[in-house]
Amino acid sequence: MKKLFSGNEACAEAALLAGVRFFAGYPITPSTEIAEYMASNMPKRGGKFIQMEDELASIISIIGASAAGVKSMTATSGPGFSLMQEGIGYAAMTETPTLIVNVMRGGPSTGLPTKGTQQDVMQTKWGSHGDRPSITLSAENVKEAFSLTVRSIDIAERLRLPVILLLDEFIAHMREVIDIPERVTVYSRQKPDEDPQEYVHYDDKRNYNAPYAWFGLGYKIHLTGLTHRKDGFPTNKEEEIRWKMKRLRKKIDDNLSFLEDIEIIHPERDNIIITFGSGSRPSKELVEGDEQSKFGLIRLRTIWPFPYNTLETLLKGKKLVVVVEMNEGQIEGEVKKITSDKTSILGIHRVDGELISPDEIREAL
Amino acid sequence: MTHTPWVHDLLRMDDRFPHVWCAGCGIGIVMGSIIRVMKKLNLLPENTCLVSGIGCTSRMPGYLNTDTMHVLHGRALPAATGIKLANPDMNVLVVGGDGDMLAIGGNHLIHAAHRNLDMLVIIINNFNYGMTGGQMSPTTPEEMKASTAPYGNIEEPINAVNLALGAGASFVARTTVVNTGQMDNFIQKGMQKKGFAIIDVIANCPTLFGRWNKMVEPVDMMKWIQKNTIPLSKAEKMNEEEIENKFVTGIFRDVEKEEYLEKHKRICGDKGEGCAKK
Repeated sequence: MKKLFSGNEACAEAALLAGVRFFAGYPITPSTEIAEYMASNMPKRGGKFIQMEDELASIISIIGASAAGVKSMTATSGPGFSLMQEGIGYAAMTETPTLIVNVMRGGPSTGLPTKGTQQDVMQTKWGSHGDRPSITLSAENVKEAFSLTVRSIDIAERLRLPVILLLDEFIAHMREVIDIPERVTVYSRQKPDEDPQEYVHYDDKRNYNAPYAWFGLGYKIHLTGLTHRKDGFPTNKEEEIRWKMKRLRKKIDDNLSFLEDIEIIHPERDNIIITFGSGSRPSKELVEGDEQSKFGLIRLRTIWPFPYNTLETLLKGKKLVVVVEMNEGQIEGEVKKITSDKTSILGIHRVDGELISPDEIREAL
Repeated sequence: MTHTPWVHDLLRMDDRFPHVWCAGCGIGIVMGSIIRVMKKLNLLPENTCLVSGIGCTSRMPGYLNTDTMHVLHGRALPAATGIKLANPDMNVLVVGGDGDMLAIGGNHLIHAAHRNLDMLVIIINNFNYGMTGGQMSPTTPEEMKASTAPYGNIEEPINAVNLALGAGASFVARTTVVNTGQMDNFIQKGMQKKGFAIIDVIANCPTLFGRWNKMVEPVDMMKWIQKNTIPLSKAEKMNEEEIENKFVTGIFRDVEKEEYLEKHKRICGDKGEGCAKK
């Protein structure tokens, strides 16, 4: 079915189609329309929408609902995303599948509520304390606000981890006609086969599509943010601490090929533009709109885990790598880690809440 | 044949004991009461979830043999809200200390109480932050001492009962660890209440709060609690000055109000298909 949707509406509808039946949120520009869409549509689909007292509560209540067996999500923006950091860490530590949509506005602090930037990229990786596995996706348009919401939920359920989806004000409020399918396919968590006595909540047999128990099934599971053993109870033993940290890291490392997702256009050209989200449209005009262009393009749909190895191969021997992003060089820093001295890096940044134009990139080149 | 006491069914007996609480601590007395009431009401552990934040009281979920969730500091109530909305069949029980519930989690308490979602919240109120070594808390009585109030507390303590009454909870009561009969009775009423129920349990912390305030032996602080307790029926006949700094115990409110999920069903028309699957 063709629908004229804003990015926020596309995201909310995608989540409902993917089986999300619990949404908790707190009003914040420019993400509020996701909550509004959920408020009107969630009861019709048999789920629960709740407006919580703040973002601290929103993130924790979706973790509670998910632990009780229901696919759950929240949506927020900059200041709210900052408040949610403790909860994101807790979701990662307890390995509870959750979706957090961050519709980026300008920062720091209250910043630019009605204008978009891409300044929260590093926060999605390092925002909460401790070494935490981060999975972050970034959509470039309304169509992807839909498809990547579905994929985020699929990843969260398969890996039992929180997944962050980055939209920005431009995509959130832009309206485009997109195809909405009648149904979408996502993985749904499976109950364990074994009896409660034999059940191990953090079993190492599989870290992908692993069955696990939720509250109310009789497995009497214990969730804690304290560093814990395989059975979920806290520990202070070095060996068990190392096991938990390694387990979290391995969830990402072992599933890199599933998680990595980049769009590549003309990688054979001498120079490469790297971009993501709303930085992609002006970049694509330069690459695709000109047959003679000396620029290829790499767009990150998955930002974290960052595709270091893939990019290292693709960027080998390139003269110039241009990183187009609406922040002061957050992805540029990652690209520098994997390029040799022979490759020049040029960052094209904009943090005033306006989109980067194709002309701006042309001029900089 | 060795005899296994029935309470063991409701405790994680394998390797969780001994517990972390100090000798003479009041928290175990409250856990005992919760277990007795669960047994009496025949609440299935499979269908019960105990949720807590961070602190001494909040270590209780580690010991109770039900589904348990040890959340972040102050955040037990939002987690409990998510669990109850996702699985309305679950008995949701929340425990927390005075710091957890009234300081860092104070805002959540106000909103959970006014929302009137069906759950029981027990505040184990021992006047200080025990886990971090005895700092002052929102309920530390004026001029009594703590490690961060070494000259005596300057702030007027928060009255958890008054806060819950103001926020609109359906059931509000206060008891003490000295009166376990009353505590069992109130916890039973709270568990049976359809709606948001909250009980403020005055408890002793001999190791930290007691020592800071010249009540070194566990029984000293119990005696202090007992001496300062006034039943509500008696307090109603006393003036404000006479009940200042006293622990007034009793049921302050027990009303029938439409519960959150019932209201949700009536107003939003949901049929509950989106709830957790068994």
